[in-house]
Amino acid sequence: MGGCDRTFQAHQSGLLQKLLQEDSTYDYDLIVIGGGSGGLACAQEAAILGKKVMVLDFVVPSPQGTSWGLGGTCVNVGCVPKKLMHQAALLGQALNDSRKFGWEYGQQVKHNWETMTEAIQNHISSLNWGHRLSLREKSVDYVNSYGEFVEHHRIKATNRKGQETSYTAAKFVIATGKRPRYLGIQGDKEYCITSDDLFSLPYCPGKTLVVGASYVALECAGVLTGLGLDVTVMVRSVLLRGFDQEMAERVGSYMEQHGVKFLRKFVPVMVQQLEKGSPGKLKVVAKSTKGPETIEGVYNTVLLAIGRDSCTRKMGLDKIGVKINKKTGKIPVNDVEQTNVPYVYAVGDILEGKLELTPVAIQAGKLLARRLFGGSLEKCDYINVPTTVFTPLEYGCCGLSEEKAIEVYKKENLEVYHTFFWPLEWTVAGRDNNTCYAKIICNKFDNYRVIGFHVLGPNAGEVTQGFAAAMKCGLTKQLLDDTIGIHPTCGEVFTTLEITKSSGLDITQKGC
Amino acid sequence: MEAGRQDYNLLVIGGGSGGLACAKEAAQLGMKVAVVDYVEPSPRGTRWGLGGTCVNVGCIPKKLIHQAALLGGMIRDAPHYGWDVAQPVLHDWRKMAEAVQNYVKSLNWGHRVQLQDRKVKYFNIKASFVNEHTICGVTKGGKETLLSAEHIVIATGGRPKYPTHIEGALEYGITSDDIFWLKESPGKTLVVGASYVALECAGFLTGLGLDTTVMMRSIPLRGFDQQMSSLVTEYMASQGTRFLKHCTPSRVQKLPDGQLQVTWEDLTSGRENMGTFSTVLWAIGRIPETRSLNLENAGINTSPNSQKILVDAQEVTSVPHIYAIGDVAEGRPELTPTAIMAGKLLARRLCGQSLDVMDYSNVPTTVFTPLEYGCVGLSEEEAMARHGEEHVEVYHAYYKPLEFTVAERDASQCYIKMVCLRKPPQLVLGLHFLGPNAGEVTQGFALGIKCGASYEQVMRTVGIHPTCAEEVAKLRISKRSGLDPTVTGC
Repeated sequence: MGGCDRTFQAHQSGLLQKLLQEDSTYDYDLIVIGGGSGGLACAQEAAILGKKVMVLDFVVPSPQGTSWGLGGTCVNVGCVPKKLMHQAALLGQALNDSRKFGWEYGQQVKHNWETMTEAIQNHISSLNWGHRLSLREKSVDYVNSYGEFVEHHRIKATNRKGQETSYTAAKFVIATGKRPRYLGIQGDKEYCITSDDLFSLPYCPGKTLVVGASYVALECAGVLTGLGLDVTVMVRSVLLRGFDQEMAERVGSYMEQHGVKFLRKFVPVMVQQLEKGSPGKLKVVAKSTKGPETIEGVYNTVLLAIGRDSCTRKMGLDKIGVKINKKTGKIPVNDVEQTNVPYVYAVGDILEGKLELTPVAIQAGKLLARRLFGGSLEKCDYINVPTTVFTPLEYGCCGLSEEKAIEVYKKENLEVYHTFFWPLEWTVAGRDNNTCYAKIICNKFDNYRVIGFHVLGPNAGEVTQGFAAAMKCGLTKQLLDDTIGIHPTCGEVFTTLEITKSSGLDITQKGC
Repeated sequence: MEAGRQDYNLLVIGGGSGGLACAKEAAQLGMKVAVVDYVEPSPRGTRWGLGGTCVNVGCIPKKLIHQAALLGGMIRDAPHYGWDVAQPVLHDWRKMAEAVQNYVKSLNWGHRVQLQDRKVKYFNIKASFVNEHTICGVTKGGKETLLSAEHIVIATGGRPKYPTHIEGALEYGITSDDIFWLKESPGKTLVVGASYVALECAGFLTGLGLDTTVMMRSIPLRGFDQQMSSLVTEYMASQGTRFLKHCTPSRVQKLPDGQLQVTWEDLTSGRENMGTFSTVLWAIGRIPETRSLNLENAGINTSPNSQKILVDAQEVTSVPHIYAIGDVAEGRPELTPTAIMAGKLLARRLCGQSLDVMDYSNVPTTVFTPLEYGCVGLSEEEAMARHGEEHVEVYHAYYKPLEFTVAERDASQCYIKMVCLRKPPQLVLGLHFLGPNAGEVTQGFALGIKCGASYEQVMRTVGIHPTCAEEVAKLRISKRSGLDPTVTGC
């Protein structure tokens, strides 16, 4: 009669101890490990709901010695500095265009790297400060220490000086994010830099080899080229893996036409220092992926952008039995961001199967806090999350790639509408026609529902955002056709899409 | 399709956005179509080619010159981002004007080629009605032709209004018809009016480095959300545009040195003031181009107030086979894309291809002032009037575009507001966005509103980071709460 299975389970998960202990024996209601986009959002929301919260954030310096303040990847070595540098590059283009619009000033226009990075770092510092202030205002305890689990409900926090302190909490959220991966070849850690280092590099990187084909690689390569540097991108196979490949190729094509050199189907095997300096000179030997061919090149800087590794392997997760994907380091969670250990949750880049984006992490973090402490039932909606790649020609998208759509729905059930467009501002500037491109993928059997939205053009992020909201509301081709465009804009092109891929008709614009 | 006893199945009077769209669609569907287009020169003598207001003296040149002005701002931002720009930076109006005018001319040409390709007959003649099915067209040289058609579409648009009761207004002032075709810089300019035309022109003139003053009788952007309109003018003032509020001009005189002396009355103080300008630009509204059509010969009725042509939901006038679309039609938004769509749908209905009627609700638009204002749906005032204050919830935010930070630009007027019904799921009634690239931001959300978006759905949409548009999806503070709507940090 009866049984003790459930009791055993509760003991295993730590629930039993928790129930037996009074909650007041925990130092905190919630400890968040990782002060980035997801972690801070979660912590602050929990504090607003009246809970006692601690955030631990610690940046292990990069192999080159770079470190930064509170705020995580996005603020310090991601979205923010990336977009600001992208803006610097765009301004270079604007300076060119301006002459066509009648502006007159000296022909010699040079870019000063240090001026730019100083301005960007100043802004980042203000954001670091703003985050510290925000935590203080909400009475969230912040500790600049490295957190590791030592046993259930307990972590040890090690600060820069090596001093250890112990803390306990009823619940934990892991939001430690990721760091750039290295190649594992001779010279990579000693001589190469990554996105962790680029945005605060105290000297101009000069002639640069970017290794990788991720959006990080392409965005960085695009920026450096826009600032006037000699840039080569070494790609092992495809560009922007996981993104719509037609769009990826168009992105790459534009970059190539605008001065970025591509070495396709090569991987570096050795990096050697020829000269020390800021920057120095590096020799790179690379091997073809197709045969025995090797090539060599000399660069001032080698920037590795081949992917990112989850910061989950050195935080004692094994001590409390939190399962992680052995290969990727990512943490599998259920649809309420809970790990296999009931009182441990995770948000952000380290989640398995979720998008690595700041707004996703923020949304997930906030909603998690509301469910844990605010009685909410709302889950994070990961469907149709829009994103934008801020390459020289920006690429915004929401929903499925054409390949994925075909895989899921079968080609005959889809209709793809597409067109080139020529932004009005490009006409007088003399910039290419038949380059900017718009494409939507519709599901014929669901009222021509828009299941994929893709735009390649200026301000792609601004254009895409609203369409993402519309897709959330069930956007169809008919609704697009019924909506009036705002004239003259790039976005309006989606309200007048007529030509389908299946018709084979020419979408070349004749300049009107 | 045979035209029967008429020359054409369809005759379109007016080769602008609406007219051309209608003509081309009808021809594609098999009708025998003719377009007549004629530009009566402005009082200053400005004239232009095929394409109508948008192409020649509206949207296109306006946005290009707006871009020229924005580029000036970018040149100022560039040094903050590390670009070494040699001072001084000057603007050559002539060079810009030539580039813009050349592009417009290429569009005129493009339109002619398109008509030819679709076998639409084009006549450059000034048309007026002889009877219900016939127009008389006069060429520039005075030669007359008679054209008859089964169906006639009037798409003659409008032209800027002159305040003819003001001494010197006609002789010495110019309008938007002229500004885009000036070969020389207008210099120190007085813009009279508070329409989007007035503010957009004043905005780009200031951006190009010209001394600009806007004289308004009462409120800016009548018909638009007034809180947003104030922010628009506030921004312009912060950028150096001078505003003379509650003033009306009474006289314009030419001085011996060629400058214009304007006398005006300050309605608040009752006092008279004077000022000297190189150019006076009237932007006080537009009047429909109907006066010389001899509409009475066909029995076509117009509104006694606006003189616009009265139409029903199918674009039909008081005469069953005569239609009117675009700016000339009463009760229609004066926008290119609505004219185009109305024209296309009309053509399809005439050919029996469709019964679809134009939906004029929730039409998005953007005012391309220095800080752009994009909007769709109801203004806050309209929403309150229609639903009552207790039933409306307004979410809002002051935000700072990331690019403004390093550039050290003032973002005080960068503001978003979403007007919703208070009752869950809180249907979005209107969206108002003030900031860079407002048109791009607004377009997609207009789609959302067309899909019946609710506040809850918009909030479930994940933002794209970093953009300005994401701030729309992050609106949380309501006006009712009284909380500070300033977005902080990253």
